[in-house]
Amino acid sequence: MSADDIRRAISRIAHEIVERNHGVDDVVLVGLQRGGTWIADVLGARIAEIESRSDMVVGRLDVSMFRDDIGIRPVVPGAISDIPRDITGAVVVLVDDVLYTGRTVRAALEGLNAFGRPRAVQLAVLVDRGHRELPIRPDFVGKNLPTHPSDEVSVAPEGVDVVHGGVQ
Amino acid sequence: MKHVRSIGELGLDGVRRLLDLSTHMAEINSRPVPKVPALRGRTVVSLFLEDSTRTRLSFETAAKRLSAETMTFSVSTSSVNKGESLRDTIETITDMGVDAFVVRHKSSGIPWQIAKWTSASIINAGDGAHQHPTQALVDCYTIREAFGCADLEGRTIAIVGDIRHSRVARSNVEAFTMLGARVILVAPSTLLLDEVEHWPVEIRTELDTTLGEVDVLYMLRLQSERMSQGLIPHLGEYATRFGLNAQRVARLRNGARIMHPGPMNRGVEMHVDPSELEQSLIHRQVANGVSVRMAVLFSALSAGGESTSVLKEVAS
Repeated sequence: MSADDIRRAISRIAHEIVERNHGVDDVVLVGLQRGGTWIADVLGARIAEIESRSDMVVGRLDVSMFRDDIGIRPVVPGAISDIPRDITGAVVVLVDDVLYTGRTVRAALEGLNAFGRPRAVQLAVLVDRGHRELPIRPDFVGKNLPTHPSDEVSVAPEGVDVVHGGVQ
Repeated sequence: MKHVRSIGELGLDGVRRLLDLSTHMAEINSRPVPKVPALRGRTVVSLFLEDSTRTRLSFETAAKRLSAETMTFSVSTSSVNKGESLRDTIETITDMGVDAFVVRHKSSGIPWQIAKWTSASIINAGDGAHQHPTQALVDCYTIREAFGCADLEGRTIAIVGDIRHSRVARSNVEAFTMLGARVILVAPSTLLLDEVEHWPVEIRTELDTTLGEVDVLYMLRLQSERMSQGLIPHLGEYATRFGLNAQRVARLRNGARIMHPGPMNRGVEMHVDPSELEQSLIHRQVANGVSVRMAVLFSALSAGGESTSVLKEVAS
């Protein structure tokens, strides 16, 4: 995916979120630290444009303390959470760069509880690379990208790269 | 880091990492539900063989906010009173399956000794007049928060009072200087030690001439329970020369802050009510104690292998 592809995918997801929720009155975007936050910001700006409103709420959530692999490998929080409004009754759209095993999303669902009880939670990801280990599916996907578990997928505003496992 | 026993053992990297992690824990503490499942299934024992209010309670609160199980050992109702040795006590508790001991003891070096008897993590909550690393971390964190700076570069900190008996002074001198602060010790010569000459600090015996140049005035508690040698000829004289009163507060620079590790001796080193002083950081020290100890427990108990200072890309 090139930078333009990413821009277009985010644009489409923005439209889909607005369409699915019949507007964005109760919608709060929450980017997952750290890869999802810039996508949530761009998505929020795009939705604000589409709906001509200036009050899109974009938060960020760090899920490291809710992970299920603490103790199995080093888990170091990347950045702090910031949920700028009460999410009770809101529709929270979790935003992340890559959806893989689903464990980050599971942690995020648990982490959200500390901030309130959303009416619904939806999931937007730029890349779905498959290999789910939990019954979790995205509501909005930029691109489905078949990968091998040993591949590494990196996402930046400039583009999406897949480094194949074993290849230097 | 498996153990947190002294500032020296942590080193600059370890100290910085724990301070950064504390910021993260502080955010958790500000949430409507200040609890995370991070240490679910781990057990933390507080083994306090010396009295404590804030350290013990903040460790226990910290453990609970991370969802760890807590056990509290209280000497007065334990088999220590039947003559059970410390080693047997440690081994007995270890057999119950614990992951960390938070230890306070009147003898220096006990945390290192205990580490030989158990495979659990050891967190030093004060050993004799030796070290109190989590207090030093709390104080560094509190200063960072108050001054909005990442390090203590360019700050002048005066530590005043009973240096001789103070594990807080030792740990804080190490941590403050490690982070780049200039440290001045102010004490009567009987309450200093020969070894302070080798510390990277300035030594003064007058408080009044020091007040105007400090960013932080750190008052220590006069540890009368450890005084057996008549080191203070007269408590009143000590109070007059080294106690913090309203006149001395008025001579502090604009923006200077006042700290005290607690518990306070009112009328000895403190003649003012710190709750009424805008310069006081004492309540922040207590509040931050929970966040910093969460960071300490998390670092000691979460690591699967070496911790990394950057977030290892976490697969979604």
